[in-house]
Amino acid sequence: MLEKIKKDWFSNVKGDALAGLVVALALIPEAIAFSIIAGVDPMVGLYASFLIAVIIAFVGGRPAMISGATGAMALLMVPLVRDYGVEYLFAATVLTGVIQILFGVFKVAKVMKFIPRAVMIGFVNALAILIFMAQVPHFLGINTMTYIFVAVTLAIVYIVPRFFKAVPAPLIALVLLTAAAIYGGFELRTVGDLGTITQSLPTFLIPSVPFNFETFMIVLPFSLALAIVGLLESLLTANIVDDMTGTSSDKNKESRGQGIANFVTGFFGGMAGCAMIGQAIINVKSGGRTRLSSLLAGVFLMFLIIVLGEMVVQIPMPVLVGIMIMVSIGTFDWSSFTYLKKAPITDSIVMVATVSIVVYTHDLSQGVIAGVILSAIFFVAKISKIKVQKKLLEATHYQVQGQLFFASVDDFLDKFDFSVEDKDIVIDFTDAHIWDDSGVGAVDRVVLKFRENANRVTVIGLDTGSEKLVDQLAIFKSEHAKLPTH
Amino acid sequence: MYKKILLAVDGSDHSLRAAKEAVKIAKGSDDSQITIVFVADHDNAKNEVLHSGSSAELDFQRRKKLQPVEEAVASENIKYRVEILHGTPGPTIVDFANKEAFDMLVIGSRGLNSLQEMVLGSVSHKVVKRANCPVLIVK
Repeated sequence: MLEKIKKDWFSNVKGDALAGLVVALALIPEAIAFSIIAGVDPMVGLYASFLIAVIIAFVGGRPAMISGATGAMALLMVPLVRDYGVEYLFAATVLTGVIQILFGVFKVAKVMKFIPRAVMIGFVNALAILIFMAQVPHFLGINTMTYIFVAVTLAIVYIVPRFFKAVPAPLIALVLLTAAAIYGGFELRTVGDLGTITQSLPTFLIPSVPFNFETFMIVLPFSLALAIVGLLESLLTANIVDDMTGTSSDKNKESRGQGIANFVTGFFGGMAGCAMIGQAIINVKSGGRTRLSSLLAGVFLMFLIIVLGEMVVQIPMPVLVGIMIMVSIGTFDWSSFTYLKKAPITDSIVMVATVSIVVYTHDLSQGVIAGVILSAIFFVAKISKIKVQKKLLEATHYQVQGQLFFASVDDFLDKFDFSVEDKDIVIDFTDAHIWDDSGVGAVDRVVLKFRENANRVTVIGLDTGSEKLVDQLAIFKSEHAKLPTH
Repeated sequence: MYKKILLAVDGSDHSLRAAKEAVKIAKGSDDSQITIVFVADHDNAKNEVLHSGSSAELDFQRRKKLQPVEEAVASENIKYRVEILHGTPGPTIVDFANKEAFDMLVIGSRGLNSLQEMVLGSVSHKVVKRANCPVLIVK
């Protein structure tokens, strides 16, 4: 036990401390910007990032992964906050936590493997596009100085890391340009125009919403979407951290951990969050390996806010916009374009459909669900192609090739010529498999229909699985069976 | 002579050329062994995970990249092992090379011009500067 605690927490103290600090610095602009996307005070995102990072350090399943307020979640909350207010958001956050805990208990993480990669690629691309779109109102057509600040921010975040990597470039841009804005007296909108910063630790509160069924029904669809999207991004991030560290992680524990973190966060005035792909990569690259890195990231973040709170309200919006544009460029999967060329057309359609639906509905969960359904349909369509070859030997030979199940039954039945009389007929299933009772029913139909015209039918070449199903369900083995009349 | 040889590869043509030189050197001694090391770049992790179905598939893809190098070594009946590491290529190769005492490190050079080198950073340069064993850069 002690041994395990030591390994999980204190096997890499120096690397974790440094990485925790780097992540905390990188978290500040993101947590504020995501709050602004969601339409809430910056403190809601900052508290969420602090609480989630700290809680997940203890209860998460993937050490060294960073969780906090994220763009994907913020985007889902927009209508809830706009129509009902921030208290409903806290309630939704608590419920999201409950749902994710249930996901963990019922091992929903396993279902992840049914989400095709085309949908996942569509997911990250849609996320990138939405984050970018959310920035547009904050810089388009305000004034020239806004454009200049956005451009300078982008220049700093892309050029500085080539030469200097110790401090995250977004923070350098934030400090330099905030100072420039204060001393230059430029006319720019600031974070203070959109909300306030409280320099204190979060306190326990019960969301002040009416506790009735109506509230529950308002919050439920949002919580469900948040729970699904949060789990999806968290598990994708966990896979990335797994790969980067060459270790494995407990995905169900992670799901439950995300749930616990959101549940608690909702009671302390934070918004629902999940794992952050970008921050997790920064953490591992900076040397973070254990739970300690996530804990320290959260603690440093809160410490910095309490110390620097007054400065935060003076951050010019265009700087945050520039940083968010960088986040969106980093989130977008740029190899998608080669993917579109190389992947099967159906995968490309699924990817584009996922992106389009998300961009249209502004809801990542709808895009994912539609993408999964669409690819399932494509898959069924693809494997339901069944071939039947007719060969005239001493008996009439029908060679079946493919998968016989509900979707291929019609095709299968069309392939036979039932006009013959008094013939020997062999149906060969060597290259086929029967999957369900519709498939067995189709074989029944064919055999019995041939028999109606006094043909003699033999079924051969069934593999073990098909044979078993036929033994259980088929009626053609009895000589007196009649075709059902319905 | 040089018995413990570290061959750092990225699956490119340059690394295949490096492999051939490593084989020549290994043939100079009887019981030489080549350690083929490949670094899965942290910067590509997101992209690679997103585009592969599972970690097993990703692992297989990486091994496939190394196939030509492995073949070049195996076809000459030289003892070898493969190590797949994760990190930023330059420092990760250096750390690995300095942890186990190798007699020599062989690495291919992409032959970047000075502008590309400034932007992309030269892995072989970093390795030469910081590895504690003789380094052979193959052009």
